[in-house]
Amino acid sequence: MAVAAHAVLGRRTGFLHDLATVAGRALRAVPREPTAVIPAVLVPAFFYTTNLGALEKVARYAVGFSYKAFLVPMAIAFAVTGMSRAPALVTDVQSGYFDRLCMTPVRRLALLLGLMAADMAVIIVLCLPVLAVGFAVGVRFVTGVPGVLTFIGLSALWGLAFTGIPYAVALKTGSPAAVNASFVIFFPAFFLSDAIMPRQALTGWFAAIATYNPVTYVINALRALIVTGWDARVLLEGLAALTGIGLVSMSAALLALRGRVAQQS
Amino acid sequence: MGMPLVVEEVCSETVDTEPAIRTDALVRRFGPTSAVDGIDLVVRCGEIYGFLGPNGAGKSTLIRMLCTLLRPSAGRAVVAGHDVVAEPNEVRLRIGVALQEAALDNAQTGRELLALQGRLYGLGRDSVRRRVDEVLDLVSIGAAIDRRIGTYSGGMKRRLDLAAALVHRPELVFLDEPTTGLDPESRARVWSEVARLNRELGITIFLTTQYLEEADALAHRVGIISNGKLVAEGTPDHLKRSIGADLVVARVSGHDPAVLDRLKELQGVQMVSRVDDALLIAASDGPASVLPVASLLYASALQVDSLTLRSPTLDDVFAELTGSHIEVAGAR
Repeated sequence: MAVAAHAVLGRRTGFLHDLATVAGRALRAVPREPTAVIPAVLVPAFFYTTNLGALEKVARYAVGFSYKAFLVPMAIAFAVTGMSRAPALVTDVQSGYFDRLCMTPVRRLALLLGLMAADMAVIIVLCLPVLAVGFAVGVRFVTGVPGVLTFIGLSALWGLAFTGIPYAVALKTGSPAAVNASFVIFFPAFFLSDAIMPRQALTGWFAAIATYNPVTYVINALRALIVTGWDARVLLEGLAALTGIGLVSMSAALLALRGRVAQQS
Repeated sequence: MGMPLVVEEVCSETVDTEPAIRTDALVRRFGPTSAVDGIDLVVRCGEIYGFLGPNGAGKSTLIRMLCTLLRPSAGRAVVAGHDVVAEPNEVRLRIGVALQEAALDNAQTGRELLALQGRLYGLGRDSVRRRVDEVLDLVSIGAAIDRRIGTYSGGMKRRLDLAAALVHRPELVFLDEPTTGLDPESRARVWSEVARLNRELGITIFLTTQYLEEADALAHRVGIISNGKLVAEGTPDHLKRSIGADLVVARVSGHDPAVLDRLKELQGVQMVSRVDDALLIAASDGPASVLPVASLLYASALQVDSLTLRSPTLDDVFAELTGSHIEVAGAR
């Protein structure tokens, strides 16, 4: 019987190291799974062109400015919402790899936030083709380059705010079907806003719901950067709405993470 | 079930270090069921300890508690000198784990997975590169290390899983049924690698298995678990010898309760038990006992289908202690 005579190499590291390590793994996986990203480019392009084709002449009177510009935030919302590594997290849970990660000294929070950090990086990249389509059809930002950068930043925050939901579902259920279904939450939140028609063109119950729908305010903040300029009130309302959505979804994700690791020492 | 059968042997080496694993009355309950029911265990540094039991006996639950994946319901476990509940991160730094069903990410290459594992343990870039090369020397994966894990065979995945458990150079490695589902050739390779890790690096290995030959071939000491309880412990040889030098096994049909008592009265018979359709007759001198046993059985109301003389196995130990077999249909 031999007795170990070597020094253990493992050591605890900082939270940022854990975060970067988890995010790095997630980012390396993205180009290997193009099917996870391609819909995020095709779907907004499809909705953008079909809505433009179907509604541009009608909307021109209601919008009061270029409908092409009006619809860009809608396209961005489709590109960035639901873009997450939650399906990969489900695979990790099902394969036992999540358990392997949990048996390392990595901080549990980094296992979730690292994926979200990777999502933000992907979302920023995904904004570019959507903006390119907008620029190609003649859309211009009245706020210039700083406005474009702010637009991308707000879009990234949008994606992050919504991404907590699929992670919560992934951690809670460990089911790929449930994660895919979680995207459905986005549809009523999105279509019951002024994403496709301006609020003044909405009537009755629809207008009332849109008024209280936080998505309306995020869309308006993004839209303002393109067509009306630096409107502090609109931008702050957008940020507040994002904060609210983010608090709800992140709380759900963190609770699900806590539940997932609750049985551990 | 009473106190576990403990078969001690005098250790050829004095190991005066703290035990690698110590559990005191460790319990894990799931609702009303106790999957692990008061296990006291001491695993010495540098040994290969085999934890043997059938499916559902509590092996995996115990290993998950020792690896900090599952909080004990009661009792205490100290692994690599640290309490699994009070200092889980200290435990995690010192152990390597390969759980049942190789837990890998099919989208990564083998090398990427090992490097990630190293970084999660805080190894620097150079250390990671060096350690990946070192563990690849230990487990033979070859050029496939740069292929996606999804393309690996079951045996390669198990070896990669083992390599991942070693990247941070742990002092204690847990292997949960490391060869279940592998073909005989892959199983033999895993065995030889496990033995080499222990022999050359002195790594303490705690392995669970439902394969008797695995425990027999690898383990310095074996613990036998049944229904969450440790029912026997000792070296494989001593455990087997504890039920007799030889074993006469008679496959019988019919019912004759008196035959067991009559068999026990035969000269040289040390122990008799019935497990399903088999009568196990342990004897100090098997060849000399075959004839009297056969005569007695043929004179009884039982119908004898076969009569075999062989050496005891760990399954016989288990059968003697629990009345059932470890190896179940489909386990191989």
